[in-house]
Amino acid sequence: MLISYLPILILLLVVMGFAISNIIISALIGRHKPTAEKLSPYECGVEPIGSARERFSVKFYIIAMMFVIFDIEVVFLYPWAVAYKSLALFGLIEMAIFIIILLVGYVYIWKRGGFEWE
Amino acid sequence: MEIVIPPFDLKSISPIIIITVFAIIILAIDVFFKKTLRDALGYFAILVVAVTGMVVGTQLGETVYSFSNMFVVDNFSVFFSLIFLVSTGIVILLSIRYTKQEGINNGEYYTLILFATMGMMLMAGGADLLTIFLGLEIMSISLYVLAGFRRDCVRSNEASLKYFLLGAFATCFLLYGIAMLYGATGTTNIKEIASFLANNPSLSNPMIVTATSLLVIGFGFKVACVPFHKWTPDVYEGAPTAITAFMSVGPKVAAFAAFARVFLVALPDVGQKWSVILWVLAALTMTVGNLVAIAQTNIKRMLAYSSIAHAGYALMAIIAGGDFGPASLIFYMLAYTFMNLGAFAVVIILGRKGEENANIEDYSGLGYKHPILAVSMCIFMFSLAGIPPFVGFIGKFYIFSAAIKNGFIILAIIGVVNCVIAVFYYLRVTVVMYMKKPVREFAPLSLSPFIIIALIITVWGTIHLGIFPGKIIALVQNSSLLY
Amino acid sequence: MIPLTWYLILSGILFSIGAVGVLIRRNAIVIFMCIELMLNAVNLAFITFSRQLNSMDGQIFVFFIMTVAAAEAAVGLAIIIAIYRNKATVNVDDINLMKW
Repeated sequence: MLISYLPILILLLVVMGFAISNIIISALIGRHKPTAEKLSPYECGVEPIGSARERFSVKFYIIAMMFVIFDIEVVFLYPWAVAYKSLALFGLIEMAIFIIILLVGYVYIWKRGGFEWE
Repeated sequence: MEIVIPPFDLKSISPIIIITVFAIIILAIDVFFKKTLRDALGYFAILVVAVTGMVVGTQLGETVYSFSNMFVVDNFSVFFSLIFLVSTGIVILLSIRYTKQEGINNGEYYTLILFATMGMMLMAGGADLLTIFLGLEIMSISLYVLAGFRRDCVRSNEASLKYFLLGAFATCFLLYGIAMLYGATGTTNIKEIASFLANNPSLSNPMIVTATSLLVIGFGFKVACVPFHKWTPDVYEGAPTAITAFMSVGPKVAAFAAFARVFLVALPDVGQKWSVILWVLAALTMTVGNLVAIAQTNIKRMLAYSSIAHAGYALMAIIAGGDFGPASLIFYMLAYTFMNLGAFAVVIILGRKGEENANIEDYSGLGYKHPILAVSMCIFMFSLAGIPPFVGFIGKFYIFSAAIKNGFIILAIIGVVNCVIAVFYYLRVTVVMYMKKPVREFAPLSLSPFIIIALIITVWGTIHLGIFPGKIIALVQNSSLLY
Repeated sequence: MIPLTWYLILSGILFSIGAVGVLIRRNAIVIFMCIELMLNAVNLAFITFSRQLNSMDGQIFVFFIMTVAAAEAAVGLAIIIAIYRNKATVNVDDINLMKW
């Protein structure tokens, strides 16, 4: 069973060998004349401003937190959507209750100022 | 494809629905009418607990399975639900003044307490590992937040972080155990697991043995038994005192309810193997809890270690099993609720803002300055130590006799020896209160009518159940039939 | 086809990596990520068993684990932010006001 994967393994080895040997060969026989311009990170030709290792504002965390909650709750909509026809009205009411509970949470965050950036 | 919607019985979960809906309403009131109604939220929460308690009370005596056998209402779950509601009610009474004093009187506080209570009720009534897991998480997540409710206090933050990281870690083990059990038996329903194991040899199946030990780790963490107890003292010390009181009772009792149901109903056959493990755990829990409690100077930490020791006694009830094991577990949990919450009530009354008067030395001279308070503290300490006229004695007696009846004599002896050790540090509080000169002036007491009611209820429970336990014991014995 | 046992072995390995990570890492956020890894290892085990046993229960369980994990993630991040605001560190070795 696994033997059928052998060609893929061979291809993988060949590809890796080719890539690695190319890097080594170019490092060995290429000419090295580093300048400040060449060593700077490539940002589509625009000159980089400041360091790339800046800290993110803590506000992103709060947005991420709220995103995670509401994002994952959608997982319960999938089985409902798949069986929508056969669940009929019952499923619709169930989902409505579910969404209303989520909505209360949403209103709560809104009122508490969770969506305000400043 | 035709989907048949299984019959469901909303009446069986009506207490849970009520408490959830009103918790959400409290949240909404807090957001929309913050200024005018904030103080009333605590009273409202008490009302909700009382109403829920009445609804739960009407369910006594029936046994109903609902939601495709996912949830069960039987005497066992009803009795546990009542214990949760009593403890939640007392904790809310303790909180009304305390939250104002600490500046944390937000509506979220009561909402989260009610959600946690709902999770506990779900755990007690869970007849499927899925329901138990869901209840456990609803309870735990609410508690993670509550432990860190004093947002600007570093200790509170630290307690919350420790509780969260270790709690989530333990949940993973519990879940892996459930996954293993599911793989071995093909179901997550407790009853079906039991019937599967009755027909198949379970001890030879390594997957079930692994699953059992993972479940022991998961539940062992939640009930704080040694060696999974390291989080307890830190979390208890850092959390707001009212929440510490809540955590030391409700979640522990809920975890024991789920523990008992899973191990006594679903896995009785594996009994031979796990009772040896639990035997060692119980002995360790009692001994370590009591010995380390002696060394504590902070009253909240002392009560934390004492609660660890009490988890050891309760574990003994589960090991004993049989007819009396579950009954003694329920009775002990009720007794523990009254005496432990009472002790915390005194700690809260003596606390002041920012600094919670938490050193045992600070209680010196209390006997002369505030005699009534000192007497009630003595009652709780004696009861926790298991000294006769109080409920703690009856509870311990019941558990030890259940253990002896089922042949765990050595364990019972270890338990009795531990009671003697425990007397030492409980009595030290009494000695400090009466025999020592005050170290410094007492702050004005943070009294309110509510906290006095809470104190009266707990003192009454501790004494009354200690002298007239007959009625409750009869009820408890009715409730211990798990199926 | 890859045998189902392999998935279980993978799940076991992931679970162990997560558990070891929780024990040896010192950054609260990394510890939390290790816990998430453990939860996902459990999910993998559930899905495998569900496939093997031909029952849907395992998949339903995974739904619930995912949503609970999301709620836990939100609460966990909030706790970590709160502690960072007060202490300016998320190293668990420095968060040690209380011991014994």
